Amino acid sequence: MGYERQADFGTPEVRSDTQVTCSIDGREVTVPAGTTVMRAAALTGGSIPKLCATDNLKQFGSCRLCLVEIDGMRGTPASCTTPVAEGMQVHTQTPKLQKLRKGVMELYISDHPLDCLTCSANNDCELQDQAAAVGLRDVRYGYEGENHLGEMPDISNPYFDFDPSKCIVCSRCVRACDEVQGTLALTIDGRGFDSKVSAGLTPDSFLSSECVSCGACVQACPTATLQEKAVKEIGKPERAVITTCAYCGVGCTFRAEMRGEQVVRMVPWKDGKANRGHSCVKGRFAWGYAQHQERVLSPMIRESIDQPWREVSWEEALSYTAREINRIRDKYGRNALGGIVSSRCTNEEGFLVQKLIRAGFGTNNVDTCARVCHSPTGYGLKTTFGTSAGTQDFDSVEDSDVMLVIGANPTDGHPVFASRMKRRLRKGAKLIVIDPRRTDLVRSPHIEADFHLPLRPGTNVAILTALAHVIVTEGLADEAFIRERCDWDEYQHWAEFVSAERNSPEFLSPVIGVDAEAICGAARLFATGGNGAIYYGLGVTEHSQGSSTVMAIANLAMVTGNIGRRGVGVNPLRGQNNVQGACDMGSFPHELSGYRHVSDAATRALFEAEWGVPIDPEPGLRIPNMLDAATDGEFKAIYIQGEDILQSDPDTKHVMAGLAAMECVIVHDLFLNETANYAHVFLPGSTFLEKNGTFTNAERRIQPVRKVMEPLNGYEDWEVTQELARAVGLDWNYTHPSEIMDEIARLTPTFAGVNYKRLDAEGSLQWPVTDAAPDGSPIMHIDGFVRGKGKFVVTDYVPTDERTGPRFPLLLTTGRILSQYNVGAQTRRTANVIWHEEDLLEIHPTDAENRGLKSGDWVKLASRSGETTLRATVTDRVAPGVVYTTFHHPATQANVVTTDYSDWATNCPEYKVTAVQITPSNGPTEWQEDYEAQATRSRRIAGTAMEPAE
Amino acid sequence: MSGQTAEKLAYMANQIARNMVHDEAPVASVADHIVAFWTPRMIDQLLADGVTALEPVAAEAMARIAAGRIPPPQTRATDPAVHGSDAG
Ligand code: SF4
Ligand code: SF4
Ligand code: SF4
Ligand code: FES
Repeated sequence: MGYERQADFGTPEVRSDTQVTCSIDGREVTVPAGTTVMRAAALTGGSIPKLCATDNLKQFGSCRLCLVEIDGMRGTPASCTTPVAEGMQVHTQTPKLQKLRKGVMELYISDHPLDCLTCSANNDCELQDQAAAVGLRDVRYGYEGENHLGEMPDISNPYFDFDPSKCIVCSRCVRACDEVQGTLALTIDGRGFDSKVSAGLTPDSFLSSECVSCGACVQACPTATLQEKAVKEIGKPERAVITTCAYCGVGCTFRAEMRGEQVVRMVPWKDGKANRGHSCVKGRFAWGYAQHQERVLSPMIRESIDQPWREVSWEEALSYTAREINRIRDKYGRNALGGIVSSRCTNEEGFLVQKLIRAGFGTNNVDTCARVCHSPTGYGLKTTFGTSAGTQDFDSVEDSDVMLVIGANPTDGHPVFASRMKRRLRKGAKLIVIDPRRTDLVRSPHIEADFHLPLRPGTNVAILTALAHVIVTEGLADEAFIRERCDWDEYQHWAEFVSAERNSPEFLSPVIGVDAEAICGAARLFATGGNGAIYYGLGVTEHSQGSSTVMAIANLAMVTGNIGRRGVGVNPLRGQNNVQGACDMGSFPHELSGYRHVSDAATRALFEAEWGVPIDPEPGLRIPNMLDAATDGEFKAIYIQGEDILQSDPDTKHVMAGLAAMECVIVHDLFLNETANYAHVFLPGSTFLEKNGTFTNAERRIQPVRKVMEPLNGYEDWEVTQELARAVGLDWNYTHPSEIMDEIARLTPTFAGVNYKRLDAEGSLQWPVTDAAPDGSPIMHIDGFVRGKGKFVVTDYVPTDERTGPRFPLLLTTGRILSQYNVGAQTRRTANVIWHEEDLLEIHPTDAENRGLKSGDWVKLASRSGETTLRATVTDRVAPGVVYTTFHHPATQANVVTTDYSDWATNCPEYKVTAVQITPSNGPTEWQEDYEAQATRSRRIAGTAMEPAE
Repeated sequence: MSGQTAEKLAYMANQIARNMVHDEAPVASVADHIVAFWTPRMIDQLLADGVTALEPVAAEAMARIAAGRIPPPQTRATDPAVHGSDAG
């Protein structure tokens, strides 16, 4: 694809059942009623000059460049604010209009620097284009009068600059920040000639303001006033490729705008159905890690982890690995081997890793990092509804009347979807937030949650049961829905359980730590407020009752009839870009792709026929069990693609012991991550920019990932897995990931209609894509549940065994922030560190005072598992008794303190509740220092500067 | 550092049982859950060394699993010919 700007129809699309036909410059066009003349003209292929209008913002009508003449109408109305009417005759190019537009343009240009030839936006500037379009060649007023040309640029943001001298005060940036992002960081200060764009209050800069660096304003700006630094440094893009963000489960699609092999900028794709043209700071700007100097590009091996690494050829690395795998299998048996599929890699790569483990290693010991995040979602939704996935698409939120957000912090974790939620909330939808912290969603510009229930960590099931108690006992259940769609006997059994006095808000209030009245109010609102949608995240799943909580959420949706149409549903906000996909691809030890248990002979037969090998009918080990078995000396080798279990998994010391006990740890990744400190083989990985494949987002949307540059390490990740498979004797001959997808489709009923041709043609598909739903399934369970009748499951509150006591009196809960991503392997290697240099511990003022702490102090955070140090920040965002931190930095190693408690059904770790003590400290613990020393030793590479002289 | 001890497995089984006591047939549910998600070796280990630590529902479920199984291999099955009998 060559470089062309994305088409801009000037004003947003309008939904209407009525169609209107009009004529524009003699061309007839039929559009939905309410469509503007400007948009209608663009749809005929014409274009009306414009400056203040753009199609992802509401019409504003300030620049007066888009004037038109309409038969029978006086004057020259602005086409961006005039809706078409039946039979309307519009003229967009008349001598009168040309004169008027030229006059308007002249005024703009007279206050604009005329350094187009040296401007970084030259030939990619709407002002320049429009000046040409109106035929402006000369400015009558001269440039000597009062102007803004001397104003100083604001270069504080690491990714874009603001040069006010070029600003035409069209307000597009301000409106983008309000309407698209919902942050309201920008304002137009002053009036008339003095008006200017400003971020926050003077002397705020972009960096010190409320700005979250989403880039929406940069994209909206028609001039070079707001522009990416990279455009200045690299130059104008020459081509664009559509691809999908590799950070979070929103799955924003982008135009990767390239110059040669260099990314100039990532521009959210307006036709992307997940993001609708928006993005966050990570996807848009934080891709610099792909070229980071610390990327390892050469394979490396070593016999033992106390040796330095030795760089070797791919052949040597692969044959060494294959020899080790064969040796270990001969000595200890095939079940001493295993592997981990990454939720960061593509569906095709995940599918190949699990195929290699099952067919090549001969064991079902394969798991995915979804184990530690959304495995309870898989279990809970499969049990209650019959499908391990969310029920809605993101667009559905536009029809929600009440949103219940539990254990999720979308403004930080799923920012682009949060912006869409906020848009709906600003239009009047109600909001219930259940979270121990006062997240940004609770109170942000023009949004105030109707209920914030700051429960004690670990009491999700109790509060959801209490909500159900109110709904059932007050007669608010949707009986018609339940009778038709759910198992009535099971419902009655459940209703009897939740109605018991011990499940009432009054009884449970002291346990939950929330006022009973607030619980009752929230329950009534959810049951009676119209379309109710539940959104949840890892604050639900990462508990000892994670699966029960997911089922309690499903119960709540069913009892209120909120399933099977737009605006409602159960919506897990998936953490990583391809968590949904990794689970779909059969990465769990007990099931093959499409969530079919390995004990099912018919499913196995299908795979055995395709792969030509027997499949073990017994489930394999989960990640924590692999580590346990390793410490027992029974699990010896692991292939880990794209995951840093040492940093991300709980109870770091236990993970270290497990890894240290293995004889062959194969890490396939971009960087020497923490896990690699215990590895014997390092296989360099490729970034999402360097490979073809697909990711599946939280809406079950399968989207293409396209190679925009050659892999620096030489191979796409699926090719590396294929080479490893060949080295252990498998005859694999894929030449392109599309062939892997074809195999997935052959073997997986819900993917039956998926192939690259269709994905290229349609942009994305939401599974199931079957004969019954050939175009995919945006909303699930419309006429009936996948399992037949919806199942109400009694979810009794079982308190976690992780309790506070005199030694560990506070509860620690963990989360992440907007600018960083999980273990930070990527984001820490970008300019995003400017927003988050270190992990901080949030502590309530009362708890801080009791300990003599103030913001910025070093504190020791200790649990029964271990201790670490970090700096404190005192805030009432957290309730008394609760502390909070992120886990983005290896230096902090927050997981040293998390425990090995886990969800009863899936062993998803209980990250969200750890009993801790906080005490003042002087700096890093001895353990942190030892860890750092071991890591430095382990990262030595023979013959390079990374090997310190002894 | 503890590995896959029978004590840990008993803890897991008890935890499953506590969360399934309200099922229509809790013993069957717990037994099915364990067979569906645990490796045979984990089951063997619990049966061999951990049953005394089990609470009633979990104990009954494990007894049911034991009754329905072929005896576990006496040595660690490293022979790939013994297809699927070991997941250690
Ligand atoms: S980058 Fe985003 S948040 Fe910042 S000012 Fe622009 S639109 Fe607003
Ligand atoms: S910065 Fe750009 S978008 Fe904002 S008012 Fe100025 S010219 Fe318009
Ligand atoms: S919201 Fe998620 S998918 Fe979208 S740009 Fe940000 S990180 Fe990427
Ligand atoms: S584009 Fe219509 S008034 Fe500016």
